[in-house]
Amino acid sequence: MGRLGRRGWAAIAIACLGAVVGSGLAWLLFVGVPWWWASGGSSPTVATEQNMPPEPERKIKARLFYVTEDGRGLTPVEHEVPYGADVVTQARAILEAQIAPPSEPLVSAIPAGTKLRAVFVTGSAAYVDLSGEVVTGHPGGSLDEQLTTYSVVSAITANLPAVSAVQILVDGKEVDSLAGHVDLRQPLPAMPDWVR
Amino acid sequence: MTAGSLCRPRAALLTGLALVLLVSAVGQLGSQGAPPVGLTVLSRDGRRTLAVSSVADQEFVALDEVAALFHLSVREESGAMTVSYKGRTIVLTTDQTIASVAGRMISLPARPVRSGGRLLVPVEFISRAVASIYDARVDLRRAARLVVVGDLRVPRVSITVDSLPTGTRLVIDLTPPTAPTLSQEGDHLTLRFDADALDVVLPPVQPQGFLQGLRRIDAVAIGIDLGPRYGSYRSSTENLDARTHLTLDLLPAPSEITATPPPAPAPPLALDLPAFGQSTSTLRTVTIDAGHGGPDTGATGSTGLREKQLTLAVARRLKTLLENRLGLRVLMTRDEDRAVSFDNRTALSNNNKADLFLSLHANTSLKPAASGASVLISAFPDEAEVRRTLTPVTVPVFGGGLRDIEIVAWNQAQIRFVERSDLLANMIVESFRGRVPLDTRPLARAPLRVLASANMPAVLVELGYLSNREQETQLATDDFQTTIVQALVDALVRFRDARSAGDSGDR
Repeated sequence: MGRLGRRGWAAIAIACLGAVVGSGLAWLLFVGVPWWWASGGSSPTVATEQNMPPEPERKIKARLFYVTEDGRGLTPVEHEVPYGADVVTQARAILEAQIAPPSEPLVSAIPAGTKLRAVFVTGSAAYVDLSGEVVTGHPGGSLDEQLTTYSVVSAITANLPAVSAVQILVDGKEVDSLAGHVDLRQPLPAMPDWVR
Repeated sequence: MTAGSLCRPRAALLTGLALVLLVSAVGQLGSQGAPPVGLTVLSRDGRRTLAVSSVADQEFVALDEVAALFHLSVREESGAMTVSYKGRTIVLTTDQTIASVAGRMISLPARPVRSGGRLLVPVEFISRAVASIYDARVDLRRAARLVVVGDLRVPRVSITVDSLPTGTRLVIDLTPPTAPTLSQEGDHLTLRFDADALDVVLPPVQPQGFLQGLRRIDAVAIGIDLGPRYGSYRSSTENLDARTHLTLDLLPAPSEITATPPPAPAPPLALDLPAFGQSTSTLRTVTIDAGHGGPDTGATGSTGLREKQLTLAVARRLKTLLENRLGLRVLMTRDEDRAVSFDNRTALSNNNKADLFLSLHANTSLKPAASGASVLISAFPDEAEVRRTLTPVTVPVFGGGLRDIEIVAWNQAQIRFVERSDLLANMIVESFRGRVPLDTRPLARAPLRVLASANMPAVLVELGYLSNREQETQLATDDFQTTIVQALVDALVRFRDARSAGDSGDR
């Protein structure tokens, strides 16, 4: 250590500075500029939102789906949910509200205790990853299973026009079905028959 | 050394005598049990017998006899035997199990044995050595004690005997497909096959009310000795991929049965045998799928009735009624409390070419008032698109000719049957009406996992709601289960009649 002279220290300092400046430039070139380009180029409104201070109270109205009086369909109910800047954030906000236990007299077809693990959107399909409670807490009948499935599918497709089909995953994995009836091996489009 | 022809009676007698002596001599050497039955050699020239002797569990035949049968010449030179036929040769020695056949080495299960001045070779010598140098096909069928020479039609016949609640069922499989003819002559039925001989081992039969025993009548006919309770028979024949599947039910006299009497036998009767590759149009085989099972209990009612128990109980009742009343072949995806994968459920049905797939389930609702049965059929998210791409592909078929087939992904096989499944679903709902309480929406379509790969009309029947306490109690009763099963059978009868009357069946 002591043998390192002043010139040595200077060389190290220059090298460090060079590394910092280099990585900064690299970040700007490969991450910053494309991000700025993408956000600035395709959706200027979102870019403006990013620059403004966050508004904690900003909400949108979303239609959520609950079990009808006779138990054989879904009825849409308007709820305020937090605004999401992009489709994934918005989908997440809607699903959090759909999964949350509703206030009386609404009945949710999604088993209590189910948590939202993740949401992905590719093209026009959304992938909704739910926790295992959606299977273990399910009553098991095909009617209830269809109501659970289409509560999730409808909540996304009715509020986000860019998404036309939804695939439910459980604990991060693709599943055959939730309770042994409804085929979940591919994204399902909304089935308007279920909504009254 | 050349062998004399076995056709001459004196030679045959002498050979037989020699063999008796040989077998007794060999018996003293260490073999146990009765002397083995000889082989029957079948060829265009007729039937010949080939004596077999057994040494230490290995069957041997005399080389000179084999040589006489197949016109082989045998020459012995310094310990090695050279067997030749039309310039092709087999070389073997008594000190090793390896033989040279047309320059190629083959192995035999034992060394040739010298006994009483003759050379004995393992029976496999026929299939492994002689078959390779002979002009015609040589086929050793040990179980049936046959050696088939040349292109003779000698189907393998397997027979199983099952008891029905009222009657006895014989299931007879013939490989390759062979046309049977059935006729009644006094106290027995004669089952005659269009073949040169049969490769058959008759199963032992415990004499009972409908069936006294099975016996060979001649080379191509089997006699079925009937018991005192026998009144009539019912038979069906299916041509499957590589075999003919014949089901023959021996039933009591019509007065003994309450259900529809089977048609009176009219001997001799050529069985309804569709041409090979042609599909059958009537309802013969039904798959019953008892929903859930094993760790997957399905729904559970408030008093503890489990969906997996209910579906199995109803499936068993339905099976019995379909077999007894309609004489159908019934496949069960499970007949005990065990887990079965979705794909295995439909695979069983597809592989057995069932005509219908019936999945049984029980429903639940978050609203306790919901009750009643419903019938669901498949829906596919991309159905319209798949249908548009269903273009027939022309392929050659076995036996000559061409056939148009539609290629569908296996996990969407049900798409081609949606209309017929819908017809069946409607018939079930109509049959339930007035007898079994119906859901407010008794017919529905859904993307159903278990039906997706079914390559036949398929429906999922929700028997009722376990979430409704009153209905749970009702579903558990014998009376209600009997009513449901009766209604399902009636619907299947209507479906079958519609199938055979109207359309020729697009399967």
